[in-house]
Amino acid sequence: MPLLDALSAEFMQRALLAGLLVSLAASYFSPFVVQRRMAFLGSGLAHAAFGGVALGVFLGWAPLYTALPFTVAAALAIVAVRHHSALDIDTAIGILFALAMALGMIFLYLTPFYTRDAFTYLFGSLLALGPSDIWLAAGVCALTAALVPWWSAWAFASFDRELAVADRIPANRHDYLLAAALAALIVASIKVVGIILVSAFLVLPGAAARPLAKRFRTFTLLSLAIGTSTTIGGLLLSAPLNLPSGPVIILCQCGVFAAALLAARWQD
Amino acid sequence: MSGAAVELRAVSVRFGALDALERVDLVIPAGAFVAIFGPNGGGKTTLLRVIAGLLKPTGGTALVLGESPEALPAARMGYVPQVKRLDPQVPAQALEVVATGVTARWPWRIGAAEAQARAAMKAAGAEHLAERRVGSLSGGELQRVYLARALARQPQLLLLDEPAAGIDVAGEAAMYHALLDYQRASGCTIIMISHDWEGARAHASHALLINRTIRAFGPAAETAANHALLELFGHTGHVKATH
Repeated sequence: MPLLDALSAEFMQRALLAGLLVSLAASYFSPFVVQRRMAFLGSGLAHAAFGGVALGVFLGWAPLYTALPFTVAAALAIVAVRHHSALDIDTAIGILFALAMALGMIFLYLTPFYTRDAFTYLFGSLLALGPSDIWLAAGVCALTAALVPWWSAWAFASFDRELAVADRIPANRHDYLLAAALAALIVASIKVVGIILVSAFLVLPGAAARPLAKRFRTFTLLSLAIGTSTTIGGLLLSAPLNLPSGPVIILCQCGVFAAALLAARWQD
Repeated sequence: MSGAAVELRAVSVRFGALDALERVDLVIPAGAFVAIFGPNGGGKTTLLRVIAGLLKPTGGTALVLGESPEALPAARMGYVPQVKRLDPQVPAQALEVVATGVTARWPWRIGAAEAQARAAMKAAGAEHLAERRVGSLSGGELQRVYLARALARQPQLLLLDEPAAGIDVAGEAAMYHALLDYQRASGCTIIMISHDWEGARAHASHALLINRTIRAFGPAAETAANHALLELFGHTGHVKATH
């Protein structure tokens, strides 16, 4: 489909709006995820979201709105395990990851009708984006905007948690807030990039911005610029190429990441 | 400043089956410069973390500058943690880190905190590091930046966990100079974990010997005398033992 035709299509306009909203949120959180080495948490929550989506499909409920509380609960449980047990965070995520996938597969197996929809969630689909998905993306974007006043506290705790706690930043409480926000963002991003690639969507803008930034402020601004431009660029490319949107967005972000590494090396 | 800066009553800290601190009673007078000595695993850092409000005791009560440690406002306390290696790619400049000493938050813009941060960096001998990326600093350079951060807020209490680790001889002398200058000007209390017996004996007013319980606390010259350290560690290091 030529680009201009694609832009005039209602589904593409919805996709661009949803993509812009979720990419703003994802690329805002990305520096915290990268600096705190939380990439595996994103991956674990994406798989928890799969369990929630499958539960929604099985029960005949709206899959994303079923996945939302499911994934937020999983995020809060992971943080609680980290704070209150001797279990290593990676082990806790790994166990939850497997549990959610196993539950998801059983829910899909037990679903008495053909579950082609489930694949929409695994790989993302612009055609499947409806008004309720836009509302979910807008809600997550509004939540992100509401959390901006915590930027200074989260940046400080991302730099040196011990110093931040000594300066009376309640980093443990903030961990719950950040994890819940990431869970909501992951659910809202599923139809744009798909469950399989959503954790990369959360990591790549920050990973590409970090080698180029000298300050945390620049890190955040560059991440926002990279995340939103690659998402819109990937969506626009995917229509004329007739390729699924999620992989095209992630390939664009990987390209920028590689360029950023080269640019940083050249700067040095 | 008069009265007690720190009052601990029967403070205990337990990690699982391990007693890190056992019923510690301690009163540190305001304006003192206390050097803490003890063997590895003897509870020095645990004690400092209790005073800093980073660790809640499992037993006993603690008061720091008249308040419970967790309730003590950040502005009244400067904390220098043990030397650490930062992620080399962390996008942060030393000046930003020192500015957190003024703002207690990561600065979006350094703005009004810059003059205070630069003055503290100068006092800590770290002014030449201001524009450097902190991930590229050596352990000793990073300790100077952290010391500047602690001084920048002009605290009433300075807590330092082996601040001289990784610092060269000249840097160590400059560090003591900066600490004593600040103490003279402000009357603040300094509590410092150290393995540098000679330096601490020369500059600290008090010494505290600890090995899960308080073994001795008093004037530095007598308390940290070689025979006391020999008893605590079973060794006096490279310093000739005098009995």
